Amino acid sequence: MTRRALVGLGLPVVLIALWWFLSAGSTSFFWPPLSAIVAAFPRTWTADPILHDVLPSIARLTAGYLIALAVGVAAGTAIGSYRTLRALCEPVLEFLRAIPPPVLIPVIALFAGYTGATTKIVTIALGCLWPILLNTVEGVRSLDEVLRDTARSYRLGRLTTLRQVVLRGSSPRIAAGARQALSIGVILMVISELFGADRGLGAAVVQFQRGFAIPQMWTGIILLGLLGVALSGLFRLVEHRTLAWYRGLRQAEREV
Amino acid sequence: MTSVALRGRLAHPALGVFGLALLVTVVEALPRLGLVDSRFLPPATDMIRELGDQLLLPEFWVAAGQTVSGWAVGLAIAMAAGIVVGVVIGGVPFLRAVTASTIEFLRPIPSVALIPLVVLIHGSRPESALVLVVYAAFWQVLVQVLYGVADVDPVVRDTARSYRFSRWTTVRTVVWPTAMPYVVTGFRLAASVALILEITAELIIGVPGLGRSIGVAQSSGAVTQTYALVVVVGLLGVAVNASARFVERRALRWHTSVRRDL
Repeated sequence: MTRRALVGLGLPVVLIALWWFLSAGSTSFFWPPLSAIVAAFPRTWTADPILHDVLPSIARLTAGYLIALAVGVAAGTAIGSYRTLRALCEPVLEFLRAIPPPVLIPVIALFAGYTGATTKIVTIALGCLWPILLNTVEGVRSLDEVLRDTARSYRLGRLTTLRQVVLRGSSPRIAAGARQALSIGVILMVISELFGADRGLGAAVVQFQRGFAIPQMWTGIILLGLLGVALSGLFRLVEHRTLAWYRGLRQAEREV
Repeated sequence: MTSVALRGRLAHPALGVFGLALLVTVVEALPRLGLVDSRFLPPATDMIRELGDQLLLPEFWVAAGQTVSGWAVGLAIAMAAGIVVGVVIGGVPFLRAVTASTIEFLRPIPSVALIPLVVLIHGSRPESALVLVVYAAFWQVLVQVLYGVADVDPVVRDTARSYRFSRWTTVRTVVWPTAMPYVVTGFRLAASVALILEITAELIIGVPGLGRSIGVAQSSGAVTQTYALVVVVGLLGVAVNASARFVERRALRWHTSVRRDL
C-alpha cells in the first residue's frame, strides 16, 4: 500500500517540486512563481467568490447534467427499442450530434439573450444530451435477445422488464456515455460563462485574465482542474457502486 | 458505431430521409405558423437560401479553410505525440505505474480552462486554437494507446523476447498490430474533440474561422446567417465523423471486428 501510494504520488510531487523551483525566481509576467500562486489562493477564493461564483457554477452544471441524463436515457430507451423510430431518427441524430456544442451558445443567445441561469443550464443540458442518448440507444440495441424473450415468457410486467432487463442491461453503455457527457458539461459550464458577462467560475477566471491579475488567474485554472478531477472521481465512485454486478460478471467470465 | 448499427441504418434509408424531411418541415412550419418568432428561428427555406448565398462568398471558403486546416494540423500533432508517448510509457511497466496518477490528473482538466492562458500568450492568433486542440486531442489518443499497449498478449510478448526481437521489431510486429484498433478509436474520438475545440477557440477567442463567423453573425443580428453557419459546422462534423469511420474500416480491414468472413 505504501509502495503503491509512493508510485502514485511520486511523479506529481516531483512535477510540482520542479514547477516550484523552476518558477521560484521567475520574473516572467505569464508564469509567476508557484509560491505566489499558492499564496494568492486563499486570498482569491474566500467565502464570497465561493458562494457567488463556484457554487452557482456547480449548481448549473448539476442541473444541466441531470436533465440531460433523464432526457437522454428516456429518449434513448425509446429510440433503441423501436426499429422504425430508430430508422426515422438516425440521420437527424447523426447531424445534431455533429454540431460542436459550444456553437449552441450563439443560437440560444438569439432566443433569450445570454444572461440568466436558464440559458446556461439549457446549453449544458443540450451538450451533454448526445453522448448519453446515443450510448443508451446502442446499449438498448445490443441487449441479448434471449434475455428479452426470457423476460417475456416469465411474463414480467412492462415496467419490471424496463427496469430489470433493459435499463440494467444497457447500464454499462449508459455509464460510458454519462462519463463522456461529464467532461463536455464542464467545458460548457466554463464556456457559457465566458460568453455572458456575469458571475461564475469561468467568468471569474476571465475577469482575472482581463485585469492582468495573473496569479489569481492561475488559481482559477488550478481550481477548474481540481473540479474536473473531483467530478471524475465522484463519477467513478458512483459507477463503481452501481455497476458492481457488471464487474463481477466480467471477472467471472475471465476466470472460466 | 458498430457494423450492426450501420446495417440497421442502411436497412431503412428511406425512413431516415423522411425523418430529415420531417425536421426541415417542422423548422419551416414553426415560424410560418407564427408559433415561434421568425426573428429567433427563421424558416428552413430561408436558411437553405442563405446557405446557398454563403457558398458563393470567398470569405466563407477562407473561413472554412482556416477551420479545417487548424483542425487537421492540431489532430496530426496530437496523434503523433499521443502514439509516441503512449508506446514509450505503455511499453515500460515502471513508467506506466509512475505516470498513471499524473495522467489521470491532467486528463480531466478541461482544456477550456487554458483559454485565459493562451489568450494572454498568443492572443486571437491560430496558435491559440492549436494549443487547445492539441491538448484536448492528445489525451484521447494517449489513453487509448495505453489501453492498446496493455492489451498485448504476454505470451506473444515473451515469444518475441525469446526470439531476441529487437526493441523496434517488437514494437512494429507485436505491439503495433495489437494497439492498432485502440489507436484508431483514439483517432476517431480525437477527430471530433479537435473539431469542437477548434470551433470553440474561434467562437470564444476570435481565432479566424467558421466559429468566429458565427459569433460575428450572431452579434450583428444576422439571424439567418447564424443558423446557416451552424448548419455548415454541423455538416462539417458529420463529414469528420464519417471520414473517421471510413478510415477506421480501411485501417482495420484485417481485424476481426471489421472482417465479415469469419
